[in-house]
Amino acid sequence: MIDQTMLQPPTLPTNYTVKQGHIKTSTGKTIRTEEMIINMGPQHPSTHGVLRLEIVVDGEIIVDCIPHIGYLHRCFEKHCEHMTNYQMVIPYADRMDYCSAMTNEWAFALAAERLLKIEVPERVEYIRVIMAELQRIASHLIAVGTYGIDSGAFTPFLYTFIDREKILDLFEMTCGARLLYNYIWIGGLSHDLPPKFIEQAKDFVEYFRPRLKMLNDLLSYNEIFVKRTANVGVLPKDVAINYAVSGPQLRGSGVNWDLRRDDPYSIYHKLEWEPQVGKGEMGTVGDCWDRHIVRMHEMEQCLNIIEQALAGLPEGNVKAAIPKRIRPEKDAEIYVRTESSRGELGFYIVSDGTASPFRVKARGPAFVNLSVLPEIAKGAMIADLVLIAGSIDIVLGEVDR
Amino acid sequence: MTAQDIFDILKVKFSDALTEKKFDTVQPWVRIAPNKTKEICFFLRDDSAMQFDYLSCLSGMDYNNGTFGVVYHLTSIVHKHKIVLKTFCTKDNMHIQSVSAVWGTANWHEREAFDLYGIIFDEHPDLRRLLMPDDWEGHPLRKDYKVQEFYHGMKVPS
Repeated sequence: MIDQTMLQPPTLPTNYTVKQGHIKTSTGKTIRTEEMIINMGPQHPSTHGVLRLEIVVDGEIIVDCIPHIGYLHRCFEKHCEHMTNYQMVIPYADRMDYCSAMTNEWAFALAAERLLKIEVPERVEYIRVIMAELQRIASHLIAVGTYGIDSGAFTPFLYTFIDREKILDLFEMTCGARLLYNYIWIGGLSHDLPPKFIEQAKDFVEYFRPRLKMLNDLLSYNEIFVKRTANVGVLPKDVAINYAVSGPQLRGSGVNWDLRRDDPYSIYHKLEWEPQVGKGEMGTVGDCWDRHIVRMHEMEQCLNIIEQALAGLPEGNVKAAIPKRIRPEKDAEIYVRTESSRGELGFYIVSDGTASPFRVKARGPAFVNLSVLPEIAKGAMIADLVLIAGSIDIVLGEVDR
Repeated sequence: MTAQDIFDILKVKFSDALTEKKFDTVQPWVRIAPNKTKEICFFLRDDSAMQFDYLSCLSGMDYNNGTFGVVYHLTSIVHKHKIVLKTFCTKDNMHIQSVSAVWGTANWHEREAFDLYGIIFDEHPDLRRLLMPDDWEGHPLRKDYKVQEFYHGMKVPS
């Protein structure tokens, strides 16, 4: 028997009252008005997962927007505390942001390595950078493709998935998995690169450059798309920083902040690339179009990074530095942040000197980026909310952890 | 600015609220009083030499000895320096002042810490559970947490 009280939706914040009023029509009649509460999700196609938005509307205009999350909550942090080995956390970290698993496992591995003070071989760093940047392209391709669908353009989605497939093929030939890799381990990698990988990755870079231009022509500079996204959902710089928004969303608001450059890790400081910033080309700085175009430009930068990393790839043993026994010092703690596809992905790890972590806190970029949604959505139209939520590019696996 | 410089400036202004510090670790931290967090954080954000405008992460903690706490990782986008703040409370008095008025991002982080640890953030505008259902019993990330047996008539797997 299912309890009936379960079927009642959670309530609005306790201090919230729905406003009522009266207006006079042109014929002189008085009619009652009332704000209306509408649920969007948890199964709405544009919420990109199980996210429920409770929106209070005055006609077509959004007065307030209250996100309800937690539908995918599986207490990742509690799981980590029960692992008997730090390496066992990596597959769980994969499943946080399942569209960008490589960057997740890298973030956790990096945090554990800094905790243990392990130096990884140069070759490992290069391969990790190649993988992370390929993953970033794959993740941005999903973001851009589904964003096209949100705005009513179905075709770009098919093109982006063809290209993403090629990246997944590269991952598959490296480690056997297409989505959740368990490839980057603490201290090294599970496999070295397969024989033909470098050749095929170079082919991909060559193939993808013109495709990016085509995608831009097809979607980014499409007049209908521009009209739907420019000047919509403007996120001002100061609000973005106050809400600790990160990644393409922060850069879209005109803040030149990229952890690969500003809190450097791995070999990014040796490579030549530029963080991409929104300039308000089509409307206002920080609108939906800016967030979209930052992702498009970032993919081009990823290609530059991959090219340089492939050219400079040194020889070495990728398993040389993997520790046999992982036991950080007692009371050692560290917060390490990396730039994942969606922004600042941080792991705060506290050790109690045993083989399992005492505390792991995952600071997911999608979680924090989503928390600013009510700020942007207020005053927008219902139809634009779909585009605003899409431009944030959330993955609910990471929001709920 | 190094952690020592930041500590020295804070020491002059909030001498009684700073109770402990540790600088010989990878990431130096300063302990602040749980009823002064808002005041100190406002100062850290608005002072022109500090400008900690970016709250990277806010984590709840259970130290498994009756002590709970919150750890703040702050960054300044302007000056690119970092500092870690810690504040502690006991199981009998789970109150810590909220900093969501200082940084908007703290709102959800604090709701999460309330949800999973039961830490009560005073002056928080909307302190509801975030990830667990509203009527869930207990706070799952506590070290002594026991899963409830039934939830609305459904057996909870443990």
